Amino acid sequence: MDLLRYGRSPWGETILTHVSWNLFWASLFAGILFFLAHATYMLFSAHRKRPEAETDRLEAAHPELPAKIEKHNLSARLFHWVMAAAMFVLLFTAFLPVVGIKFAWVQWHWIAGLVLTGAILFHVVHATFFLDFWSIWVGPKDLPEFKAELLRDFGHEVAGPKPGKYPLGNRLYHLAIVVTGLMVMISGLIMLKRVRTPLFVRDPYIMGDAAWGFTYVAHGLAGVGLVGLVIAHVYFAVRPDKWWITKGMIVGWITRRQYLEHHEPSRWRVSRQA
Amino acid sequence: MAVIRDVIPAFELFQPASIEDALRLLERYGADALVLAGGLDSMDWLKDRLKRPKVVVDLGQIKELRGIREVNGGIEIGATTPLTEVVKHPVVRDKYSLLMQAAELVASPQIRNQGTIGGNVSQDTRCWYYRGGWTCYRAGGNICYADTPTAVNREHAIFDADRCVAVNPSDTAPALVALDAQMVIRGPRGERVVNAEDYWIGPGIDITRMNVLQPNELLTAIRIPATMAGAQFYFEKVRDRQVWDFPLVNVAAALKPNGGNIGEARLVVNAVAATPKRLKNVEAYIAGKPRNEETASAAGQMAVEGAQTLRHNGYKVPLMRNLVKRAVRGSEGGSWTS
Repeated sequence: MDLLRYGRSPWGETILTHVSWNLFWASLFAGILFFLAHATYMLFSAHRKRPEAETDRLEAAHPELPAKIEKHNLSARLFHWVMAAAMFVLLFTAFLPVVGIKFAWVQWHWIAGLVLTGAILFHVVHATFFLDFWSIWVGPKDLPEFKAELLRDFGHEVAGPKPGKYPLGNRLYHLAIVVTGLMVMISGLIMLKRVRTPLFVRDPYIMGDAAWGFTYVAHGLAGVGLVGLVIAHVYFAVRPDKWWITKGMIVGWITRRQYLEHHEPSRWRVSRQA
Repeated sequence: MAVIRDVIPAFELFQPASIEDALRLLERYGADALVLAGGLDSMDWLKDRLKRPKVVVDLGQIKELRGIREVNGGIEIGATTPLTEVVKHPVVRDKYSLLMQAAELVASPQIRNQGTIGGNVSQDTRCWYYRGGWTCYRAGGNICYADTPTAVNREHAIFDADRCVAVNPSDTAPALVALDAQMVIRGPRGERVVNAEDYWIGPGIDITRMNVLQPNELLTAIRIPATMAGAQFYFEKVRDRQVWDFPLVNVAAALKPNGGNIGEARLVVNAVAATPKRLKNVEAYIAGKPRNEETASAAGQMAVEGAQTLRHNGYKVPLMRNLVKRAVRGSEGGSWTS
């Protein structure tokens, strides 16, 4: 199976041009396989949330917590849904022609790319200065949680730490999206110099063939990677047991009980309101 | 640029005697097969060794692909009918002289004897970067060498460029669109009929193809309905040499008079984009107006709105404007504007 595609420069040199679309199919099937495997496994696995009696006790012990606990403010939600819309436009415009649905996709693609870039830049500033920046990142401090989550996945009752504001899987997913998103964004911005836009004077000679080849391959690798990642994300968003998280991203809040059931109050402190 | 080596690469040659046999071969070999009609475009690719098909399917032995028949008031032209036969056919000359004029201006007499109408409409672009074998967008790469600050792009597109700026070089294509023709395509799933206007594909839709033909399909015939038969026609081709050359710009017009004014009109320009460009806005504008200098000037101006020139093809804008103006006015000569 070809992974990369090569061409010939005017000087007769072999140059890197693209990723092979075989990788798109590989990513698509990997995403679907993950969804099937995970869904099958979850049918038989233990539930991760706190036992009902323990949640009842916690709820009784924390009457000062508000009934609705804000999880995502309006700016964060707007960013998320704008990014999601841009991502879908980008993926459909990039890959529908590959699967045989032909249409004039380039203009839609670069416009959606610019929307995504704007959304990401906004998010970087917003998350850095106005949100709890470290709550979404993973690090060595999360190893106990990782171990506990793993054991829970295998059906053990573990008293270990529950997630803070974001579940571990959510944070690992965010890390993957940061890597692929930045890769696709930066390479895409460079590639804008190769298409006609009102923004730049088109000039494919700003870089050499080799640099362009790597740029296209980086864009392609990130793009096909996003296919699998987006499938996984959509799968979790529509799972009935995760619907409360998706709803939180729509309305901005979760209930007190959901907060106590799924999160560790000591790792995600919310303001005590009457 | 490619070096002409004259010795074509080895391939297996098939000469099927029926369309069904040809389709079976295309189905079996898919993209590894090259379809050969007159061979005038294909032989370039083979001699330059830029296409190395495993098999060549020569359509020359398929009798049902050749000839002109009168059908339902119109005509049906077999795809491998030589251009000379099209030019000389009495019905073409009598009712569809626009096609006669266009076909007669293709290349040279020798080439028109050998070249087919199916090949003329389905030929690949003449962009020399692409035909030089460089891996441009059209050849599956990620660059258009013709749209760079240093490119030699005198013959390239002023409309509808989408990464690739190659143009369609056919002379008969705009005439067929102006005559409201239909392309009959046969494939493994049977026959489909496509309006000539939709037969060609721009780079925005598919950057590696010039038309809708799939590797396992054949253009078998071109049907010209009676819709525009006997209308007032105009065809003009401007080229660097007066014989044996591709168009810099050509224009085909079919206009039906309505009283003293222009009635239904179909105006098509080629070699300004990757597909023949039908000027629907101009057609709508001139309908109901007198066929005079004022209407023609406005039509010419309207035709070039939105043109985007490259470094060396700015001349195509006044050229196209004046060709459209002449087509609408209906006679040669008169004032040119630059």
